[in-house]
Amino acid sequence: MTGGEQPLIEAHGVRVDFATRGGTVARALDGADISVARGEILALVGESGSGKTTLARTLMGLQRPTAGQVRFGGAPIDYSTRGLRDFRGRVQMVLQDAAGSLNPRQTVYESVAEGIRLHRRVAADQEGRTEVDLVAAALAEAGLRPPDRLFLRYPHELSGGQKQRVLIAGALALRPELLIADEPVSSLDASIRGEILALLLRLRQDLGLGIVVVTHDLGLAWNIADRIAVMYLGRVVECGSTEEVLESPRHPYTQALLSVVPEIERLEPVVLTGEIPDPTRIPSGCRFHPRCPALADGSAERAGVADMCRTQPLDALPATGVHRVACHLDAALHQASL
Amino acid sequence: MPPETAPELAPALLDIRGLSVAYQTSEGRLPALRGVDLLVRAGEVVGVAGESGCGKSTLASTVLRLQPKDAEVSGEVRVAGEDVLTMGWGKLRAVRWAEASIVFQGALHSLNPVQRVQHQIAEPILLHEPDVSEDQVVERVALLLEQVGLPRARSRSYPHQLSGGQRQRVMIAMALACRPSLIIADEPTTALDVMVQAQILDLLAGLVRDLGVGMLVISHDLAVLSDICDRVAVMYAGRVVEVGSAKQVFTDPQHPYAHALSDSFPHIGDLAARYAPAGLAGDPPDPRQLPDGCSFAPRCPRAADICRVAEPPLLELEGSRAAACVRVGEL
Repeated sequence: MTGGEQPLIEAHGVRVDFATRGGTVARALDGADISVARGEILALVGESGSGKTTLARTLMGLQRPTAGQVRFGGAPIDYSTRGLRDFRGRVQMVLQDAAGSLNPRQTVYESVAEGIRLHRRVAADQEGRTEVDLVAAALAEAGLRPPDRLFLRYPHELSGGQKQRVLIAGALALRPELLIADEPVSSLDASIRGEILALLLRLRQDLGLGIVVVTHDLGLAWNIADRIAVMYLGRVVECGSTEEVLESPRHPYTQALLSVVPEIERLEPVVLTGEIPDPTRIPSGCRFHPRCPALADGSAERAGVADMCRTQPLDALPATGVHRVACHLDAALHQASL
Repeated sequence: MPPETAPELAPALLDIRGLSVAYQTSEGRLPALRGVDLLVRAGEVVGVAGESGCGKSTLASTVLRLQPKDAEVSGEVRVAGEDVLTMGWGKLRAVRWAEASIVFQGALHSLNPVQRVQHQIAEPILLHEPDVSEDQVVERVALLLEQVGLPRARSRSYPHQLSGGQRQRVMIAMALACRPSLIIADEPTTALDVMVQAQILDLLAGLVRDLGVGMLVISHDLAVLSDICDRVAVMYAGRVVEVGSAKQVFTDPQHPYAHALSDSFPHIGDLAARYAPAGLAGDPPDPRQLPDGCSFAPRCPRAADICRVAEPPLLELEGSRAAACVRVGEL
């Protein structure tokens, strides 16, 4: 975050509970704080079940927080129908599965024009452009040129990369200030991936978009993100600049995630056993402690924090620009080095 | 250079020679594989990398003659010395599961949702070894589950009660059920989380080490392949365009396509990749309308006139590797 500037979107202590059939409560988000400035790219990373998609949906206004608040441009989201319609013109989402998100019976033109019509953007256009002009401009911005050649195509006639670009064009047509992209390249082939990521970078550059990328792919974050928030079981457990988080990770969870990125010469992979626990039963103390390699190998014991790890909960990390970690061991080591 | 001592070569479990497969579609003949050669030895993990439509899944299914009936197939697929493509049905049934088995992609859809894990793993055992007693089968299934890192009690579960990683482990247990010497894994970690992916890759590497089986792993993810494979073949438009040791192909690729593929998996910490995602413009060609000459030429950053004349053969290079590019020496 650039110092002092008003963030574009902020989440403060956002909690989202889902009632399960058995009457228990699953806490998908448990006090998540993040902020994104104009022209900034934030990557939300974590495994399935970390809450990253729920957080993205909450930022989008699709999910109302049980507690806490999402503020856009300094003001809390207005959840009235009218308020949400205005809000969605300013915040757009690109979904994970491009093939499944496009209506197979709609042409490219219709898909992109839908948002323009719903939000009555033709009447509001200050340059007096027609709907065709707006659709063409959005497609061109998404890298589909010449745009009019694609107008009458159907999704099945497009390649995976083209479908993803059409979805991005649909989002861009409304001239949003913030784009939320959920795994924007996970269903694309490797050679196409780079082109779509380059497009996101260019949109940030040319249009000053703030972008939240939800991903499990740390390589993607290294490619495009300014900052990273690592999520575990509904909370941000480490955040900071991409360089800080990926080059000197401090949370044992981040360290483990990084160590298993497949590469030819990975350093001592720390393969965590099991999977993220069920959010109806968030562990006591540090929520990561049952899987924590630093607790298992005695590092936490030697630093004298093992009991704290098991019993004392950690505070949620505030969304500041500073590199921060929610970890008792890190706090103890940090203290010792001062 | 020191004199090379010929290493004791393990027997070839899978020997594919000149394999071509074409499908008839409503829009014309679609060649999915165009003359593929590939060898997998015992104790060796060979990877096949490539993007959608490059023919890698056709390759996986043809090894056990699972390709659609109307596919035109030519060439040889030798499993333990015998050609799968020409053998009789009785022999083929014996080869499937017992000589070679497949871990299919998408464990959720490959498991039967209304049957318990026990039943599904037992099925191939009962088919292949009819005289095994019921108790023995139960014990075999329990051992298989333990071998893939699941508790015995999981045999009572239905697929929906398992997580994605656990389902994938069940698929691997099934593939091991009849003690095959060759395992084909088609996208074994796609759709799994990074941490679970690492667990499954560890499991597969452990099985190769402990059981001495050979493994053919098919994936779009060159980074995953470089992690567990000894050798990797990169496919493009139905052909192998580069083959070599996993390390060579990933860190020092010779074919421009292999190069682009390798670059698209950034190394964290590599400053050159920061704010510079590497990609490749364009899309793979429609296999029904392949360009003249090298099929990669239209997307190739180094294509010259000669590349549009004839498809380059796979040229042997130093260090037991090969690449199908006429400009390979110039890179």
